[in-house]
Amino acid sequence: MAGLMSDFGCYTHAIVRAIPASLAKEALRSSHAEVDLAKARREHELYTEVLRTTLGLEVVELPADESLPDCVFVEDAAVVCGDTALITRPGAESRRRETEAMSKALKDLNLNIVEMTDENATLDGGDVLFTGREFFVGLSKRTNQRGAEILADAFKDYAVSTVPVLEGLHLKSFCSMGGPGLIVIGAGESAQKTLKIMQQMSDHRYDKLTVADDFGANCIYMNLPNKGHVLLHHTAEQYPQSVKVFEKLKDHMLIPVCNMQKVKVDGALTCCSVLINKKANV
Amino acid sequence: MTTESGAASEAKQPQENKETEKGKAKAAAEPTSPQNQSEQLPAATGHSTPARKDQEQQEGDQVSHRSSTSRLSRSPLKGVKKTKIMECKVSLLDGSDFTLNVEKRAKGQVLFDKICDHLNLLEKDYYGITCRDVENQKNWLDPSKELKKQIRTGPWNFAFNVKFYPPDPSQLTEDITRYYLCQQLRDDVVSGRLPCSFATHTVLGSYTVQSELGDYDPEELGSDYISELRFAPNQTKELEEKVMELHKTYKGMTPAEAEMHFLENAKKLSMYGVDLHHAKDSEGVEIMLGVCSSGLLIYRDRLRINRFAWPKILKISYKRNNFYIKIRPGEFEQFESTIGFKLPNHRAAKRLWKVCVEHHTFFRLISPECQPKKFLSLGSKFRYSGRTQAQTRRASSMIIRPAPLFERSTSKRYNMSLSLDGAPIMENHETLMKDSAADGAAKIITKGDIITTVTTEKKAEEEKAEQDDAQTDAVETQEPTATTPLRHDTKTDSEQTDFAFDGDMTATESEADDDSEMRTQDTSPPEEMVKHQTSISELKRSFLETGESTPGMTEWEKRLSSSPARSPKAEEAPMIEPLELQDTKDEQPAGEKPSKEVEPKATEAAGYLVKYVVDSITTDLASSSGPHGISLSTTMDDDVFMDGTLREVDEVSERAETKVSPGAVRQEVFQAITDKKGTLIILKEADDKVDAEGKETSAAGEEKEPVIPEEAEAEEIEMLSTSKEIEYINEDTSVVVEAKTTARKMQSPKMEIKTDDMTQIKGTDSPKKAMASWIPEVVKTEASEVISVATKEVKQTKASDAMQQEEEIFTFEEVQTELPKSSPSQITVSGSSATSLEVSTLGWVSCSEKGPAEPEEKMAVATETEAAPAESTGPTGLDVVEVGTKEAPVVHTETKTTTYESAEADTNGDVDPGVLLSAQTITSETTSTTTTTHITKTVKGGISETRIEKRIVITGDTDIDHDQALAQAIKEAKEQHPDMSVTKVVVHKETEITPEEGED
Repeated sequence: MAGLMSDFGCYTHAIVRAIPASLAKEALRSSHAEVDLAKARREHELYTEVLRTTLGLEVVELPADESLPDCVFVEDAAVVCGDTALITRPGAESRRRETEAMSKALKDLNLNIVEMTDENATLDGGDVLFTGREFFVGLSKRTNQRGAEILADAFKDYAVSTVPVLEGLHLKSFCSMGGPGLIVIGAGESAQKTLKIMQQMSDHRYDKLTVADDFGANCIYMNLPNKGHVLLHHTAEQYPQSVKVFEKLKDHMLIPVCNMQKVKVDGALTCCSVLINKKANV
Repeated sequence: MTTESGAASEAKQPQENKETEKGKAKAAAEPTSPQNQSEQLPAATGHSTPARKDQEQQEGDQVSHRSSTSRLSRSPLKGVKKTKIMECKVSLLDGSDFTLNVEKRAKGQVLFDKICDHLNLLEKDYYGITCRDVENQKNWLDPSKELKKQIRTGPWNFAFNVKFYPPDPSQLTEDITRYYLCQQLRDDVVSGRLPCSFATHTVLGSYTVQSELGDYDPEELGSDYISELRFAPNQTKELEEKVMELHKTYKGMTPAEAEMHFLENAKKLSMYGVDLHHAKDSEGVEIMLGVCSSGLLIYRDRLRINRFAWPKILKISYKRNNFYIKIRPGEFEQFESTIGFKLPNHRAAKRLWKVCVEHHTFFRLISPECQPKKFLSLGSKFRYSGRTQAQTRRASSMIIRPAPLFERSTSKRYNMSLSLDGAPIMENHETLMKDSAADGAAKIITKGDIITTVTTEKKAEEEKAEQDDAQTDAVETQEPTATTPLRHDTKTDSEQTDFAFDGDMTATESEADDDSEMRTQDTSPPEEMVKHQTSISELKRSFLETGESTPGMTEWEKRLSSSPARSPKAEEAPMIEPLELQDTKDEQPAGEKPSKEVEPKATEAAGYLVKYVVDSITTDLASSSGPHGISLSTTMDDDVFMDGTLREVDEVSERAETKVSPGAVRQEVFQAITDKKGTLIILKEADDKVDAEGKETSAAGEEKEPVIPEEAEAEEIEMLSTSKEIEYINEDTSVVVEAKTTARKMQSPKMEIKTDDMTQIKGTDSPKKAMASWIPEVVKTEASEVISVATKEVKQTKASDAMQQEEEIFTFEEVQTELPKSSPSQITVSGSSATSLEVSTLGWVSCSEKGPAEPEEKMAVATETEAAPAESTGPTGLDVVEVGTKEAPVVHTETKTTTYESAEADTNGDVDPGVLLSAQTITSETTSTTTTTHITKTVKGGISETRIEKRIVITGDTDIDHDQALAQAIKEAKEQHPDMSVTKVVVHKETEITPEEGED
């Protein structure tokens, strides 16, 4: 039986990218924090290791590009859903070329590639929340209406709703999926407002999991064979309050992942990988 | 997604048109031939110019209509009518055409039923018939209207389509129902109306193949079997190969299973069952409005930029080419907001509005909660007369036939239509848009005028005809025409109804109101009025909000607001909270429940009727009696679908007033009671009867039709009334225009009703009171009982009542129907429909006396004394007199009804009904007080008259100083209308009649 829109959280592959040395100084950031490059790289290695070893995904690791200081945040370069991959047009000028390597990697995985060629469109993958039943696209500094329209065109099966990102860099800077029909949301006012709008726009029911820290709401959910519900979340060291909340998810396999350095350049957990389900492809 | 059907069928149209046209022409040529069967159609000797204009067409129709008195055809009196047979070509879902003959004046239902029979389809409520209008837009046929009125020009070509896409097709009972749904969806997909990804195309395609061709069998099917089928707008070889790959894996899957899988996938598509309409937002940006089972979706390109779940929408309306939705205030908003969209033209706006009303009714009625149901049904009545999804599910669960065998034909459809979603609409849109908005408006207006004229005449004729036949079936036929809002195309009802609608819709906005009033009334509506209304509505709002803030919030909202957020609780918080969709929340208007509850408890109910009659045109909405005074139709939470209802009410009230204006009618209410065995509901009927006799229009007329089945007597009466009503209508071209009913009424239907009952009953109970004279004794006894039964039983009663009642409970018509039943249960029913009752009642009550202007002092006195004295002063005496006089005419009425009318007649002395310019009802209420103000403007012989009838009902457990209340009411009324005089005051006081107070 072929079925669509099932398999939420099922992934077989992940694409990651190494951290260039330029990240420390040149990567975009909303704060003035100093990044310890070595620590950041160590973090990223652990992250990749979790995906590969702990979770058993097939990890494609793209080489770093020194001219693209933000290239580690691969999420922004592509949106993959089912067998279709939309290559984005990142909102930050300096990041546009990040998509080249991504596009090639996705082609190698035999995905249907949709390129965002419209020069008026911008879209960061970090603004795209896929819930399993529909998309929410945050209209942010990085993502505009046109970008969202192209995404809607690329994934015709799904409703694509736009929601405002009032605070934070991306939509997923304060929310993410914590399970099928479970939205993890930061407690911040603007996060809550956005959630409310999402709710209004949706035909579907969701549960919400509110965590104290907006950024702590960014986590990675997977549904893997032999492992069930898996949730990668920030460590207690980083967001103790939020982690307490995650710990109440009894059915989930919880995997804390350190992200102290990447956070300084607005990098959340979801930012560092593009997850793909090759089995879902018809 | 639903609107546009494949272009393929359209292509055929030209030819068909010619044929049909010929047939039609011929038919027209042989109007007298009693029964032209299908033979005449193909033979087609006659030739007519296809380019007839609408109006001409209309007139033609009229003529034929007149000559044949179509509606009355059933009546034995008429004898054999010439039945013209029309050939209809219906494009079915598999792409084939089905040709059948129907009588020219057959209603849509007839055609629909025939098609469903042909298709062997039982679960047909999800389906409907569409036809193309002049602009090639698809319109849904109204089953309750005659076909010929819905087809202005061209051949009788239709298409059979899914109208309501079931959100969960697996809940359909029969495979055959799913089969047709699949066919519709295939067409939706292939035509591009239902966009989906490549992967989805392959999956859907593979199930289609399995369903139509069975197991993969290369020997039998050949290698290229797939390319003969259509799966996608742009079908590629790659797609076909993928489909074949999947097909191979389905061996052993039955067609029914394959269809189930198909539907399980299709239903998840975001545009499944979304009916798209092109529009522009307030800033002129091109958008699409999508109507679906859960609400209204706003798209810009493919992006969903907003969504309004049905519960979030308080009211939908349209005016000219504007479509408005009034939105329930959110967590942080104080007031409702109204959002307007510009449609390409008036027809598009109306079409959208209708679709919204129907979808809301069909899908929202599902909700298990009783309250929302009621409201929904309220609105639904006019708009959507079919069964709701809940009802159809219930009904289909009763299907016991063995699964029908049916042949699954290979889809004959090819991908002829390159047009994507509503491409045709687009064209249309553009064209229309080119004409400046102003132009459009102007046109419409013109049209309207013309139509109005036509209408009048037509109605007049109809009346006559009906009068002739009245005794037989007049009732039945009439209602749909007059009342149904849906029948836009029909010239007959059109303008009036339309205007009324517009008025209602507009009611939301003060400006709009002005507009509508302006248009309608010759008399210029005082601006004050509007302002007043506005302020009142604001008051009301604030009032509502204070009291009902909580209910107004969505579950979702509540949770959000209480969400742990950064609060200390966050730590312990269980965290996972269900986010409930707004849909989840019920539409219950906050105010409703409380108010209802209050009612039952109330021991005493006192009603004061103060009537003002002024010769001058001055109108002030004095409605707000108390500090709490809330009024205006606008306010109601339930307005939402109320439009239909409201209109009805309005019409009713108007009619009632019409009656009044002539002078005699006021006592009708009471009489009615008598006749019908004491039920309040009866009142209405009685009114009708009375009216009919009295030559005055009765509101009941249309509505009564439903009643017919129940009581023969009622029917007759209605008949009479109907005919008369019609006349009135004719006279007043602009009559309907403004009626504004208060949403309020809707909310607290029970309250008011009860009160009314109470009052009446009271009269009955206490022999002392003059009231007694009004109410026949018989009535009294029963009435009291009824009252006791009242509130709670309502629901039950409804259930027991016929299907129609359930659906339309709120509608005036239903009420009447129930009324005839005379049993206490009926009364209950009426409770549900209280709103309409109120209106009518008000009208009547107020009616009593034009002539006698009673000094206010007296009135006050009366008040003091209790109701009895008051009555005695004015009405009572009159009544008595009247009884003698009028009884004779009232033949139809069983009981003492007669009495009233006569009295009225005397009082009025003025037979001339005058022309009703406008009627307005405003209701405001507080916990213990309900104030209803009914304003009628009429013109008689060049003199315009404005009547304001104010009804105040005070309910409470405790003793109320009624005298003071009355004095206060009169005082206020005077202050509000210094230039008007008080002509009548009626006081009814009811003390717990029934032991059943405790009900609630």
